[in-house]
Amino acid sequence: MRQLLLFITIILVGVSFIARLFYLQVYNAEEHSLYDDNAIRKVYDYPKRGFVYDRNGKLLVANQPSYDVMVIPREVKPLDTLEFCSLLKIDIEQFKKIYNRAYHYSPRLPSVFVPQLSKEDYAALQEKMRKYEGFYIQKRSLRDYQTTIGANVLGYIAEATQYQIDNDPYYNMGDLIGKQGVELSYEEELRGVKGIKFIQKDRFNRDIGPYKDGIYDTVPQQGKDITISIDADLQEYGERLMQKKHGGIVAIEPSSGEILALVSAPTYDPNLLVGRQRSRNFTKLYNDTINRPLIDRGLLRMHEPGSPFKVFVSLVALQEHAITPETTLFCSGVYHYGRRGTMGCHCGGGKRDLVLGIAKSCNSYFANAFRKNIDLYPDAGKAMDIWSDHMKSFGFGNFLGYDLAIGKKGNIPDGAYYDKWYPDFNWGATTIISNSIGQGEVLVTPIQLANATAAIANKGYYYTPHIIKHIEGKPIDKKYTTKNQTTIDPKHFDPVIQGLFDVYNNGTAWFLKVPGIDVCGKTGTAENFTIIDGKRTQLTDHSIFIAFAPKDDPKIALAVFVENGYYGARWAGRIASLMIEKYLKGEVTLKQMEQMVLDKSLEEEYAKPYSGKPFTINN
Amino acid sequence: MYRETNRHFRFDWITIIIFLLLVGFGWLNILSASHVGETIDYFDFSQPYGKQLMFIALTVLLIILILSIESKFYERFSSIIYIVSMLSLVGLFIAGKNVNGATSWYAIGGMTIQPSEFAKAATALAVAKFLSDLQTDIKNFKDQIKAFIIIAIPAILILLQNDAGSTVVYASFFFVFYREGLPKIYLTLSLLLIFISVSSLKFGATITGIVFTILILAYHFTRRKKPRILQTLFAIATCLVLSFGIKFFYQNILQPHQQDRISLWLRLEKDPDKIAQMRRDILYNLYESEKAISSGGLTGKGFLEGTRTTGKFVPEQHTDYIFSTVGEEWGFAGTTFVVVLFVLLLLRILHLSELQKSQFSRVYGYSVASILFFHFMINIGMVMGLIPTIGIPLPFFSYGGSGLWGFTILLFIFIKLDSNRINEW
Repeated sequence: MRQLLLFITIILVGVSFIARLFYLQVYNAEEHSLYDDNAIRKVYDYPKRGFVYDRNGKLLVANQPSYDVMVIPREVKPLDTLEFCSLLKIDIEQFKKIYNRAYHYSPRLPSVFVPQLSKEDYAALQEKMRKYEGFYIQKRSLRDYQTTIGANVLGYIAEATQYQIDNDPYYNMGDLIGKQGVELSYEEELRGVKGIKFIQKDRFNRDIGPYKDGIYDTVPQQGKDITISIDADLQEYGERLMQKKHGGIVAIEPSSGEILALVSAPTYDPNLLVGRQRSRNFTKLYNDTINRPLIDRGLLRMHEPGSPFKVFVSLVALQEHAITPETTLFCSGVYHYGRRGTMGCHCGGGKRDLVLGIAKSCNSYFANAFRKNIDLYPDAGKAMDIWSDHMKSFGFGNFLGYDLAIGKKGNIPDGAYYDKWYPDFNWGATTIISNSIGQGEVLVTPIQLANATAAIANKGYYYTPHIIKHIEGKPIDKKYTTKNQTTIDPKHFDPVIQGLFDVYNNGTAWFLKVPGIDVCGKTGTAENFTIIDGKRTQLTDHSIFIAFAPKDDPKIALAVFVENGYYGARWAGRIASLMIEKYLKGEVTLKQMEQMVLDKSLEEEYAKPYSGKPFTINN
Repeated sequence: MYRETNRHFRFDWITIIIFLLLVGFGWLNILSASHVGETIDYFDFSQPYGKQLMFIALTVLLIILILSIESKFYERFSSIIYIVSMLSLVGLFIAGKNVNGATSWYAIGGMTIQPSEFAKAATALAVAKFLSDLQTDIKNFKDQIKAFIIIAIPAILILLQNDAGSTVVYASFFFVFYREGLPKIYLTLSLLLIFISVSSLKFGATITGIVFTILILAYHFTRRKKPRILQTLFAIATCLVLSFGIKFFYQNILQPHQQDRISLWLRLEKDPDKIAQMRRDILYNLYESEKAISSGGLTGKGFLEGTRTTGKFVPEQHTDYIFSTVGEEWGFAGTTFVVVLFVLLLLRILHLSELQKSQFSRVYGYSVASILFFHFMINIGMVMGLIPTIGIPLPFFSYGGSGLWGFTILLFIFIKLDSNRINEW
């Protein structure tokens, strides 16, 4: 038996070794990936981010180099913190805070220590960088805006959030990503593809050369340049006209759906969100809850459309044969409906047909048309469903599908909507009559209004509005070159367009004519309310205007929305005329009107609800 | 029956093939662990892989030499070989060269020779010679002392050169003595020693002492035929001395780095931060080698593809930690292959030893198996973190001329002895 001792011991040891190896290498093993291997340093090579041009080839956004100081906490050796901090222009407390945060994130992975050094700081630091083990400089490309306009359209880039890093393996800590505007919408085209170099490290963390002679390395692919449909001159002019006012202007080319101008006011200089001041400026903009400059009012401001909506009400009524262009009504200055219902009218009174009704913006005429329309069907719910579908074919009541990442649906009520409000189903045309003049439950955004105006200009179809005009080496999305038909027959547009034209001849905008250009437009004045100290309080009306021109060959369709600007022709109408002249002629002859608009500040008006004192409106 | 011409070739080819596989595979891993950059010049003798190739070539000559010497030579001259070998160890105190704190090398020209690697074979020969002497009886206490002295001389000489790892290997002769009739009480005592050591360090000397005293008393009083009271008292005293002695030895005699190794192995340190720091700082090698092995996965990263090997993350990787290269580049498949090869080799040698007609050959074969087994167990166990760090090479595998030649001599003398067993009537 003595022979067995060594024999058994050998076998036991062999078996336990294999078991241990199985545990280490198979049971407990991790998939080997070059990206996770800490024996391999990954060095990224960031490509040039694509440039952004306006529709006339004017360069709007270029790049400038920037230098991030990165840290790998585990590799940091004791250093002269005082000198280091003074080079980086931070104090010791900040140093500790940033270092601890980086360590907490990961001792092994690089974190941004100080982002976006200026060229001067970089030059001073670069010479001494060797002394600071564990720190290195990562070159990146920052945006360099060639303009001060269009912040809402151009958007900005910023460091990817942890959520974005976790969800898209392309991004690493400290990478820049488009956060708004075209930077966000066309992020993939603009950013290109970063290159990567794998470098073999030794145990002292020294580079000992490219891993496998660099066969896994990739070269960066340059970002693509894009051309956006914005006309920089028009955009700049629009922003100038809107200064000291709140609201938005959306101008669209009807024949293509290209957005010519997307003005949101108040706005900010896009250069504020570049460089080391970025986060301070961003906080300032973000916290400005009265002006809210980061909100794109052209896309996000839902409002009651007011009188311009009458145009669409009449188109649906025509299509449904509730009225004909010849249908007339005598307006007495007040419209009676139901048992006690009345609706005032400012049109001056008299006999109104469709064309004159639009020109004079007669409330009674369209209330009547809408009522007839709903009463065509015995069931008001069904009638509203049909009406709602017609309206939605203009792009109201849903996201338009344009290529900017933000938007609002607006609201076009249907039968079910009112069934919910009136559970007894005891509602009918008279209950919801306010919708006929764009003041009921209907809500739109300026871009929806501009798009629907383009559909009128096109007599029945529109292209989905879009900001992109051209991408280097790639066609734009097909959905922007496909017609969207409305449910209204083209023949019904002629009388309506005549009415819109007459708005400038003998209607509500007679004093806003543009010399030498036939403009069609419609004023709008929307009542609005806010809540002050728990009381519903009326504020000065919103000034709204839609227009397109020239009448016979529309080149521009637009919607203007001026918060608390009072009646439609007052500010929105004037701005529309100036924008049309600017775009079609390249220069403005309406100098007096221009000066009036530029001088006008509504800031007093916006301060009223916050003043805590009683105030008057509509003056 | 046997033709004269075949006599020279009647070697055990299974053993030889396993030997060749180990040496060949070992060299591939040395190449991987020591090459720098992408180009490899196989005959670049300034690089370990180039030198090792030269060592392997010289090994072939050495093998031919060993196999052509008459096998009786080894038995007759074993005493002289042993004495010469011991003298070479003594000579280190005068002319030795210090490398990494151990004075274990002679520097001859550009080469270094480590006599302790050859002393193992010499000691094995001497032990075989002594035990096979007709007058020797290992059951006899006097002869036990003599046998112990034979292995104690090289062990102490090597320990004095500060090469504790190689000293431990001489404990492997216990298997040989046991096989040849060493009384069972030694086995019991050895196991008891291991048991008490671990228990004393892990649970404390007092508790261990009390528990063992109770156990022995219980044994004393439950036996029908009462053992003599003196024996029992002696056993209790031994246990108490051992448990406190071990604690004292650990705390006062072992060097701090040795304490840390044992402390980590037995998980004596409770503070997790301290443990993590010990793993990183003191046992950096172990930490990195375990990491390299587990990063290999099932099939490994491929020959010359190991990133941790290429980055030289594991220090001493081409010598004592060569197994971690196998782990990283060849994965579980490669490591299992090596373990199985070793187990097969050891079992083959054991099997052949038992077949030997002469006691000398049998004892020698047993010694070969025991020595190789100790190296195999300690080296791979250490690299995987199963036993405390003891720096000894993996036979046939690790880089080093002396080691390779020492093990080759050890093994091939046995192959030569084995080839003659038929004629030894």
